[in-house]
Amino acid sequence: MRKTGAQILIDALIREKVKVLFGYPGGVVIPIFDVLYDTKELTFILTRHEQAAAHAADGYARATGEVGVCLATSGPGATNLVTGIATAFLDSIPMVAITGQVASPLLGTDAFQEADIVGISRPITKHNYLVKTIDELPLLLKQAFHIARTGRPGPVLVDIPIDVSRAVLDDYHYPESASIRSYRPNVVGHTRQIKRAAEAINTAKKPLIFAGGGIILSGAHGKLLELAEKTNIPVTTTLMGLGGFPGTHPLFIGMPGMHGSKTANFALQECDLLISVGARFDDRVTGYVAKFAPNALIIHLDIDPAAISKIIKVDIPVVGDAKNILTSLNPMVKPRAADAWNDQIKEWRGGQLFTFTDSTTEIKPQQVISTLYRITGGEAIIATEVGQHQMWTAQYYVFDKPRRLLTSGGLGTMGFGMPAAMGAAMSHPGIPVIDIAGDGSIQMNIQELATLSLNRIPVKIVILNNSYLGMVRQWQELFYHKRYSSTCLRGGSLCQECVGTGECKKPYIPDFIDLARSYGIAAFRVETPDQVEQTLRDGLAVDGPALMEFIVAREENVFPMVPAGRPIDEILEGS
Amino acid sequence: MSTHTISLLVENHSGALSRIAGLFSSRGYNISSLTVAETDDATVSRMTIIVSGEEEILEQIVKQLNRLIDVIKVIDFANEEAIEREMLLVIVDTSKSNRHEIIELGTIFGARIAAVAPTSITIEIMGTRRHLDDFVAMIKPYGIKEIVRSGTIALAQSRK
Ligand SMILES: Cc1cc2nc3c(=O)[nH]c(=O)nc-3n(C[C@H](O)[C@H](O)[C@H](O)COP(=O)(O)OP(=O)(O)OC[C@H]3O[C@@H](n4cnc5c(N)ncnc54)[C@H](O)[C@@H]3O)c2cc1C
Ligand SMILES: Cc1ncc(C[n+]2csc(CCOP(=O)(O)OP(=O)(O)O)c2C)c(N)n1
Repeated sequence: MRKTGAQILIDALIREKVKVLFGYPGGVVIPIFDVLYDTKELTFILTRHEQAAAHAADGYARATGEVGVCLATSGPGATNLVTGIATAFLDSIPMVAITGQVASPLLGTDAFQEADIVGISRPITKHNYLVKTIDELPLLLKQAFHIARTGRPGPVLVDIPIDVSRAVLDDYHYPESASIRSYRPNVVGHTRQIKRAAEAINTAKKPLIFAGGGIILSGAHGKLLELAEKTNIPVTTTLMGLGGFPGTHPLFIGMPGMHGSKTANFALQECDLLISVGARFDDRVTGYVAKFAPNALIIHLDIDPAAISKIIKVDIPVVGDAKNILTSLNPMVKPRAADAWNDQIKEWRGGQLFTFTDSTTEIKPQQVISTLYRITGGEAIIATEVGQHQMWTAQYYVFDKPRRLLTSGGLGTMGFGMPAAMGAAMSHPGIPVIDIAGDGSIQMNIQELATLSLNRIPVKIVILNNSYLGMVRQWQELFYHKRYSSTCLRGGSLCQECVGTGECKKPYIPDFIDLARSYGIAAFRVETPDQVEQTLRDGLAVDGPALMEFIVAREENVFPMVPAGRPIDEILEGS
Repeated sequence: MSTHTISLLVENHSGALSRIAGLFSSRGYNISSLTVAETDDATVSRMTIIVSGEEEILEQIVKQLNRLIDVIKVIDFANEEAIEREMLLVIVDTSKSNRHEIIELGTIFGARIAAVAPTSITIEIMGTRRHLDDFVAMIKPYGIKEIVRSGTIALAQSRK
């Protein structure tokens, strides 16, 4: 078949079953947009910023498990993708980013809108390609999708010079397989290691399952549930693993780490066997590493050999796909009845995993999230931005199913949530898609209100407005003598007018309600606790996008909290 | 601190070297020696890297090298016997000293004379890093005008 490079690209996307593409045009990608103009097989969404296109592709991938795809022009278009690519990289999200590039003869000449995006993105992609000729384009696209979705998933960037997009290939066939000799991810666990793991589980007195994002990436949630129920072993999941095990299950003890539950952290410190499945021992989880899980033998199931013993010395490594390994492991473990260890956990736990003091005079942010959980019955896809609201979401919205929480854990990217929610909503999940946002983060990609409005993408935005960069303010309160340097969003830069008076009379800028309305989006503001539930119901009932702003207690803190670098059983608790 | 000699078979295309170097530089590790050239298969290059650092971190880097898509094979000679060779060219000043003395020293070290000029001679020598270090120490007092070392190449010792 005779096709141009641009036609080959779009044909490849369709053959890879890409249903939506997020992007932004520019000079060197006009040939590609020209093909898109007549393409019916996939939907193109024009964002208002390339960063949002990358996050939207990422959100789509997190919600569906399929590869998310974004497209940008050379130079500034490509560099605008960088934060989005890095966000996907740190959370191991499958994504293909397509960038246009200046014509090949001009490469390296500081040509107009030239940036070496392959060089720039090298440390934040699983792999990347500069396409040099149209002959190699079909195979490189096939390889890009293969690499993005297999093994430990991740973003792959394909940089296509305009002369390649314009060139014609006479005998185009899309390859059947990617065949990369140097890339054969190990998916089946080593039998002897699996046997050793089973023996350790069968003899442990105080075992604990510590599951992470790998459970969700692998689709291993069913097998994980089977293992836990057969053995009555309690389960904690990282932020990235939330939903990989039912949050309402009696064996679930919450997220561990800096803002995790006391029960999970105590259990980690006490257990004699830690069964880690698809988690990478991030420092937000381990705290002071030398004192992490001091009594435990450690089993680590992970698809990435480089993740093993990266942070923590592992006793029984099993490299492979979590679902595969658990499928072999589960029949080898003996049923175990709940015992003294389970009782101990129950005692630590008491009633609720997380508690806060409610108020009748001001809106507590935790209250908004609890109420949202209750009225959605847990049946929603929740995206978050980054900050206190993100942690409260992890604590008070209970996730029973995988792919329901979309959050930037590794890079912690403010501005991720709204575009990610937009991406997720484009997969038509049949349940509400909600972005829980701080007033700071939401402003990082606020321009996407236009994309939501014009395409009637039904994302609901919940802003918890404390008019602070709350998470940073919390650290300043606890560790920097309440010197709120540049964290109040009411005053100008370095404003100190409230010092001594404790009162700020300045209005909040922008007025989110007026702003949303100017974009044609329904908007609601709530200032009293009694209005919270009704407004959430009204907002969710809107056909199309809606924005709800809750004026919340300004200086509420996220507790429990383990100060950075401390052992995880040194827990600060709120009043 | 320990020193590793790492041998890599990699896809022979642009970008591979930079990805590999990036794994060391992102940890602030300096590569002390690096050689790259095509093998008998033009699509494959062999790279030999010598690097010093914390043992656990080097082990981690080796795993991460294995993970790179362009890397076909990684051999860490910390765990295997290797034959290592390096080449050196040095121009030694002969204006003030005895040319014969320098040549004699070279002979002891198994060096060859690559070129002779009125006030200098150019010596070539091949051997292990250690051998070359020793030679440089001996020749230095005579006055080194210019020196270049190729970086080490290494192969696992064949037992067959
Ligand atoms: C403000 C803030 C506060 C935070 N506080 C906390 C906190 O208190 N507690 C907390 O837990 N996190 C917290 N995080 C998140 C934290 O930074 C990390 O992102 C998170 O802990 C990493 O989760 P994970 O270990 O599950 O790894 P992920 O990043 O999800 O990595 C997945 C792992 O699974 C492996 N894997 C991938 N596919 C498979 C497969 N098919 N089979 C097997 N393995 C596979 C990968 O190789 C990798 O090792 C916080 C983040 C922010 C921004
Ligand atoms: C792009 C980016 N810049 C800076 C930070 C550092 N940071 C982490 S949390 C936070 C405050 C977030 O404030 P807001 O969105 O209002 O949420 P809150 O903590 O108040 O809930 C900041 C500035 C970040 N994570 N991302």
